[in-house]
Amino acid sequence: MKYEVVIGLEVHSELATKSKIYCTCTTAFGGEPNTHCCPICIGMPGVLPVLNKQVVEFAAKAGIATNCTISRFSKQDRKNYFYPDLPKAYQTSQFDLPLCIGGHLDIDVDGQKKRIGITRIHIEEDAGKLMHDKWGVGSLVDYNRCGVPLIEIVSEPDMRSADEAKAYLEQLKAILEYTEVSDCRMEEGSLRADVNLSLRPFGQEKLGTRTEMKNLNSFKSIVRAIEHETERQMEILEAGGEIVQETRRWDDDNGFSFSMRSKEEAHDYRYFPEPDLAPIEIDDAWLNEIKASLPELQEQRVKRYVEELGIPEYDASIITSSKHLADVFEEAVKSNCSPKAASNWIMGEVLRLLNESNIELDNIPITGKDLADLILLVENSKISMNIAKKVLKKVFETGEHPADIVKREGLEIVDDAGEILTIVKNAIQSNPQSVADYKAGKEKAMGFLVGQVMKESKGKANPAMVNKAIKEELDKL
Amino acid sequence: MELFQLTAHELGDKLRNKEISAVELTKVFYKRISKVDGDVGAYLRLCESEALVNAAEIQAWIDKGQKITPLSGIPFALKDNMCTEGIETTCASKMLENFIPPYDATVVEKLKNSGAVMLGKVNMDEFAMGGSTEHSHFKKTSNPWDLERVPGGSSGGAAASVAAGEAVFSLGSDTGGSIRQPAMFCGVVGMKPTYGAVSRYGLVAFASSLDQIGPMTKDVTDCALVMNEICGYDKMDSTSVNTKYPDYTKYLVNDIKGMKIGVPKEFIHSEGLKDDIRESILAALEQMKKLGATVEEFDFPVNEYAIPAYYIIACAEASSNLARYDGIKYGYKASQFEDLLDLYKQTRSEGFGEEVQRRIMLGTYALSSGYYDAYYKKALQVRSIIHTQYMNAFDKYDLIAGPVSPSGAFKFGEKTENPLEMYLVDMFTVAVNIAGLPGVSIPCGFDKNNTPNGIQLIGKPFDEGTLLRAGFTYEQNNEWHKMRANL
Repeated sequence: MKYEVVIGLEVHSELATKSKIYCTCTTAFGGEPNTHCCPICIGMPGVLPVLNKQVVEFAAKAGIATNCTISRFSKQDRKNYFYPDLPKAYQTSQFDLPLCIGGHLDIDVDGQKKRIGITRIHIEEDAGKLMHDKWGVGSLVDYNRCGVPLIEIVSEPDMRSADEAKAYLEQLKAILEYTEVSDCRMEEGSLRADVNLSLRPFGQEKLGTRTEMKNLNSFKSIVRAIEHETERQMEILEAGGEIVQETRRWDDDNGFSFSMRSKEEAHDYRYFPEPDLAPIEIDDAWLNEIKASLPELQEQRVKRYVEELGIPEYDASIITSSKHLADVFEEAVKSNCSPKAASNWIMGEVLRLLNESNIELDNIPITGKDLADLILLVENSKISMNIAKKVLKKVFETGEHPADIVKREGLEIVDDAGEILTIVKNAIQSNPQSVADYKAGKEKAMGFLVGQVMKESKGKANPAMVNKAIKEELDKL
Repeated sequence: MELFQLTAHELGDKLRNKEISAVELTKVFYKRISKVDGDVGAYLRLCESEALVNAAEIQAWIDKGQKITPLSGIPFALKDNMCTEGIETTCASKMLENFIPPYDATVVEKLKNSGAVMLGKVNMDEFAMGGSTEHSHFKKTSNPWDLERVPGGSSGGAAASVAAGEAVFSLGSDTGGSIRQPAMFCGVVGMKPTYGAVSRYGLVAFASSLDQIGPMTKDVTDCALVMNEICGYDKMDSTSVNTKYPDYTKYLVNDIKGMKIGVPKEFIHSEGLKDDIRESILAALEQMKKLGATVEEFDFPVNEYAIPAYYIIACAEASSNLARYDGIKYGYKASQFEDLLDLYKQTRSEGFGEEVQRRIMLGTYALSSGYYDAYYKKALQVRSIIHTQYMNAFDKYDLIAGPVSPSGAFKFGEKTENPLEMYLVDMFTVAVNIAGLPGVSIPCGFDKNNTPNGIQLIGKPFDEGTLLRAGFTYEQNNEWHKMRANL
């Protein structure tokens, strides 16, 4: 390929505040249509907005965690356009003086570290949702999401591949989760990205004409959309054509994008300062308060895991790549499981199972307490390693507690010497050939017999006791 | 004088002395309204049954001597751009003809708490855009002093109702002169408080950075009484100022000795100012001098840019504030349309009157990309210069005085053909809104057509007290405030 891909991302993330940005309505997801609204968020005549202070604090936290400068003076502006999901016919956002500017974050793609610039982070309000034609009466509007606080994080055009874009998003998502600024539930739309993409011949300084793809809300669709758009633009350029600056919508079901509007049709948003709200001024005291309230971030956790818990750095970085996973790990350690064992289990069986069942790290279906209980069952020789792996799978599927599964299904190790001896004797009797082989010096034959005993006991027999009993019985012969 | 001609402080005395009950007083006003409002046309909607129930409750307070304020039992009228829970709030627009708010404006709540009795909602220019109340979608309001003439605007109904004895006082709103100019035309006291002194919550927005609610009363004392009830910080309005608000009646002192009054040359010598108005203003200033004030003219060169800057800022904000009236959620919706865009176009073309549409277009244009810097940004620069010039003047003067409007009440239709001429009625008032200052119109005589004239007093931010003191002193030495329209 003789073209270089240039990608910049605009990420919208819903803030995890309890109430909306300009009124006291709940931000809870779902709810019957139009039940999470009031005269203010549906823009009735005469009402006025009052800024939720926590929105500023959350946005500033995101800014601090992405190395941005927090503006001591910023203001809110109105972005004017007509659409039925926007009850005031303007979105209150920030135009020329955003809350956070000039940050960066570092990504790692195949061991290559790279710094991606962040242009700005600003606060704004979400719009409602149109529901089309379900009732045969045309479209209806649900205003529940109106006024839910968002931050928009605008990156520099620093990414050069879909992999880099994905790594950036993963890193950003982890930061937003660690700062507890957003719960980043992509399936609920609380994290979504617009992709700006252009191509230019390698070596060329000047950026090519870009297109913008709107509202991508899964890592998979973002990667696919980037790959597809790269292909599309390349074909046009190869054929001697020109890229049209436009906004495109990605259709993830059918794997293609289509033009929404060209530059000529682009909205003129007529931004102007929101006269109903005072500028946002952050003094030293407030900024320090915000800084002090930042929770432990990923880097700090890795350091602590390595230094205090003795976890290898590689393992620590994998475990902390998702806050959910790291939280499970920490809960397990708190529940009396050794850090080393918890980390080994997560790095091994847990990740393998997640991978196998195609579950995202965020949705890890076991609590730290249950993981610790499971590990302790093994360490205290209550169940065998093999049984434990099966129990883990069951926990993933049903969400039951490991101890309950073990009890119900009678999976505890059998360490009754008499019971084991009976099974051992049976096995020796039924397999004369193996006994003969053993006596002839084939050590392997013993292994076979152990296997038979374990099979007979459905894996529950205490392996050490089985080994000992077989050896004793064989030696007696 | 008849009861309906008395002031709030006079009627308050009668209520407290049990000379009359709140219910009886309320009935007096409905009787007066039924007699004269056919001619005046101040009211859009009467709330008689609610008012009588309310008055009975207030009377019970008075009888028990509890929760009494100087406004308890006093009937008032409300401009129809302030939201009233369960009662239509139309802004005199077809767009909001059937709009019933589920909430009270903060000022309405405050007046309810004070025990004042709301008689009804009064007429205005549609969405407060105009200077004659001729832009109401519903009806014409006449000047009680001369039924052939306009009452001014946009708070024309609020001014006329007080002047005609159809309410003891009223609340208007002032974005560029909409309280002071109709107060002048109708011979009542009209005050626009400092921006941020009165909560705008529940006031249907015209231009958010300029709008301010204020009292329209029969005299300065009543103005202070109403100010006491409506001013104050409101957490529901982020532009409301959290400061200590004084007891305004403390400023009702008959003494302006040593007060320094500045008069902008660009006001008093303006070419547009009619001679009869100028003469009566000069006479008032002369009298203030005699009462011990110093009066001095000063240069105020930017005033010629005040009107253009005002119309850009006000229209820009209006274009955004009025965008929500789109036929989707409430208010008027066109019955015939082809698609979403057509629904917007038809609804807004049919629901808004001509003047409102004109201002929305002006504002949209001023904010459009490529024009923003030349218009809106320039206007903000002018705004900042005007503010600085006023503040510089206040280094030298305690207050600034001048005319309210260049001519007295004009005849119906006289200025409706030429919108620009209508805009010029605001030439002495808009700069006060642009700078966020308090201003008041005090009756000071009559023009050549025998309709009232008023003098405008402009104060430092949150220094309404000085305006009240000067106004009270002037009033005590004149009889203008005791004159009533003959209806």
